Amino acid sequence: MKTSDTLVALAVQFTALSLVAFGGANAVIPEMHRQAVDVNHWMTNQDFAALFAIAQAAPGPNFLVTTLIGWKAAGLAGALVATAAMCGPSCLLTFWVARAWDRYRETAWRSAIGAGLAPVTVGFVCSSAFVLVRAADTGWKLAIVTAASAGVAYFTKLNPLWCLLAAGILGVLGLLA
Amino acid sequence: MTDRPTAGAPTPTAWALFVTFFTIALSGFGGTLPFARRTLVERKAWLTPEDFTETLSLCQTLPGPNIVNMSIVVGARACGWRGSVAASVGLVGAPVIIVIVLGMLYSRFGALGMVRHALLGLGASASGLIVATAARMAEPLLRGRPWLAAPFILVAFAAVAILRLPLPYVLVVLGPLSIAAAWSWKRNRA
Repeated sequence: MKTSDTLVALAVQFTALSLVAFGGANAVIPEMHRQAVDVNHWMTNQDFAALFAIAQAAPGPNFLVTTLIGWKAAGLAGALVATAAMCGPSCLLTFWVARAWDRYRETAWRSAIGAGLAPVTVGFVCSSAFVLVRAADTGWKLAIVTAASAGVAYFTKLNPLWCLLAAGILGVLGLLA
Repeated sequence: MTDRPTAGAPTPTAWALFVTFFTIALSGFGGTLPFARRTLVERKAWLTPEDFTETLSLCQTLPGPNIVNMSIVVGARACGWRGSVAASVGLVGAPVIIVIVLGMLYSRFGALGMVRHALLGLGASASGLIVATAARMAEPLLRGRPWLAAPFILVAFAAVAILRLPLPYVLVVLGPLSIAAAWSWKRNRA
């Protein structure tokens, strides 16, 4: 694929994802994975897991995996196109809706939309978890790390960065390969 | 936004918005939302706690990254589109540059044994964190209205994770059904 074709593909895909990413970027991870790994072959399953890990470990909002997918597919231009496409459309929509929103503060349909989208969003985030676990856990030691991180994050208020740090150290020491 | 009860709350300038969201982005390791709340509500007092919750629910109802949406809304309320641009660029700019540099390091050194092993561990842990996020999001729904929520969670999961259907199509079909179900459930209770 030519670079310009790749850039167009990135722009189209992430614009669409921007407008369906109810619940934020975590809900559309499965679709990013499907496009980047299965459909366009921009990267392997392992690359995807690694890029997601880098995005999680970096400071800032959690949509940054988008930037890295764009970068892996088409370099710096790809990173900028993917980021702009992921944020731009939803930002414009938010800017426009925020002006109208206060008027409808107490209406029933507004809360029905929120309540109705919630279970679908949760189903998508569960799918994200499924896709990422399958990409990341290539051995039983890694599966234990996943389970331990999930347990710590679910049952304690510890900053999740400690889980990433501990897992990274275990990895560097060669205990997970 | 003329009728907002902002008496006593300072109205930030575009520059103040940029600097504040820049700081939020860089202190937000592993999720920016707690830092956003601490900064906007407790330190700057640009929003009351009620305002924050209300704004967040708006940002969560709309598509797109929640915290980016919040920068748009807070910026717009302070000083129109210029405020939105200042706040969102402040929030997104530095993290994007950092992550691109990390991506470059990955392609340069990703094949080294030590880096590869570290990333294996990071990836396994990061996927575990998303498992916990999914569980925390599912819990209140399954507690509050299990018969309404569980079928939609399961069907959405099966369609996207197992059948690998394109997510936008799944949303277009399931979203309206789920909203209709929530709507009739609320009416029956009223």
